[in-house]
Amino acid sequence: MVSTVIPFGPQHPVLPEPVHFKLKIEDEKVVDAIPAVGFVHRGLECLVAKKDFVQMTQVVERVCGICSAMHGMCYCMGIEEMMGIEIPKKAAFLRTVWTELHRIHSHLLWFGLYADAFGFESLFMQFWKIREKIMDINEATAGSRVIISVNVIGGVKRDISPEHRQWILSTLDEVEEALRDLEKVVYEDYTIRKRTVGIGVLSKEKAYELGASGPMARGSGIDIDARSLGYAAFPDLDWEPIVEYGGDCFARAKVRFREMLQSIGLVRQAFQKMPRDEEIAVKVTGRPEGEVITRVEQPRGECLYYLKGNGSKNLDRCRIRTPSFANFPPIMSMLIGCRLADVPVIILSMDPCISCTER
Amino acid sequence: MKMLPEIIKNLFRKKATRNYPAVKRVPFPNVRGELVNDISQCIFCKICETKCPANCIEIDKDKRTWTYDPMECVYCGICSESCPKKCLSHKPEYRPPMTKRQVITLRGKPLPPKPAPEEKKSDTDTSS
Ligand code: SF4
Ligand code: SF4
Repeated sequence: MVSTVIPFGPQHPVLPEPVHFKLKIEDEKVVDAIPAVGFVHRGLECLVAKKDFVQMTQVVERVCGICSAMHGMCYCMGIEEMMGIEIPKKAAFLRTVWTELHRIHSHLLWFGLYADAFGFESLFMQFWKIREKIMDINEATAGSRVIISVNVIGGVKRDISPEHRQWILSTLDEVEEALRDLEKVVYEDYTIRKRTVGIGVLSKEKAYELGASGPMARGSGIDIDARSLGYAAFPDLDWEPIVEYGGDCFARAKVRFREMLQSIGLVRQAFQKMPRDEEIAVKVTGRPEGEVITRVEQPRGECLYYLKGNGSKNLDRCRIRTPSFANFPPIMSMLIGCRLADVPVIILSMDPCISCTER
Repeated sequence: MKMLPEIIKNLFRKKATRNYPAVKRVPFPNVRGELVNDISQCIFCKICETKCPANCIEIDKDKRTWTYDPMECVYCGICSESCPKKCLSHKPEYRPPMTKRQVITLRGKPLPPKPAPEEKKSDTDTSS
């Protein structure tokens, strides 16, 4: 049969960021997919040579906009481990609150894009309308909407006042209510089911073999969540990783939807259990020396930082492995054999974060 | 079809958008917006210059100038937190869009002639 090669991206209506796929098509079927990344490489890892280890906190936050708090936290956790710093308990809880808020707004953003991928514009706007509430919380508590810059080595920069706490809890109630209204649409709508159920199936074995992470793995029935490593305040909170067994685009959407509701619960729990003391950061003296690996769960999966310090103010190495990078091999295997019309939905179901991947 | 009740409800809800150029969004009170320096308080200690992760502040101690590039600034707030005189602060509004690159240079008052530098000079004079 004659085969055609169709370029998908780097500019494509469904893609929020530039990634390019060469799709080899036979009739309607994709028989091969070759990814090309490298359109937004910024060389952030290289900046360790120029910026000192404290300034690097601000640099790593800019690896990804949508999960900046997690990047900052992962980096700070690494440096703290290297220098043997124990952060105040309250700081751990505050970090948890901000990172969970990030997870909610990231998943809301994804749902918007996802709805857009199969042309469901009104759902897209609905999700982004809800997201705005979370962005307001970020802005009011941390001083910035997206890159909130609250993590510092040794703790956090800002505290959440009791008034803000009340306001956040009532806003989260509104968000939950709005999400419950949309739950039915996401789970039962005819169009959504038609476009996602049984599309882009990734079996449990395949997901494990190809090293899927985050909602990609959990949507295929693998119970893996880096939050169970027990960083920040997670050991004190009551939660369980969310797992779905379908392995298709629908299951992944379901995982994300349930995670949003779970994160709302986690924020509430964190506020309840947060200690009342004042201290939110400890003073840091000295320079980092040694090697560490830290892992945190980002909205897209597990993020890994490898840091190497040599006792000077600049680190030797800061290597970041982001979840989207780990999710590329599974996406390649899912694309093969699918129909051309399903490609955007499948690619979006991985929640590609290209700026993260390329740094 | 499942979306229909939501769409109908939206007809009776408050508008989610605003009439932008006419109605502007008011940022929250402790937002890190435009960076301003009260130059009369500044002691040109260079702490903000060293700590800034974007290297967008330049200070000339002798000429007593504080130069800041708002286009490079990432509004992280490190400088205003570490300023010993607390003369750096963020206005709770975002910087309006600009059509041209603009670098802000603030000049401090020249130091009143102090006896201290004179003494030093004479010290070096005598030693040499
Ligand atoms: S840290 Fe403050 S006092 Fe020091 S040079 Fe900067 S603005 Fe001036
Ligand atoms: S806000 Fe951050 S980037 Fe901007 S001048 Fe201050 S330290 Fe530099």
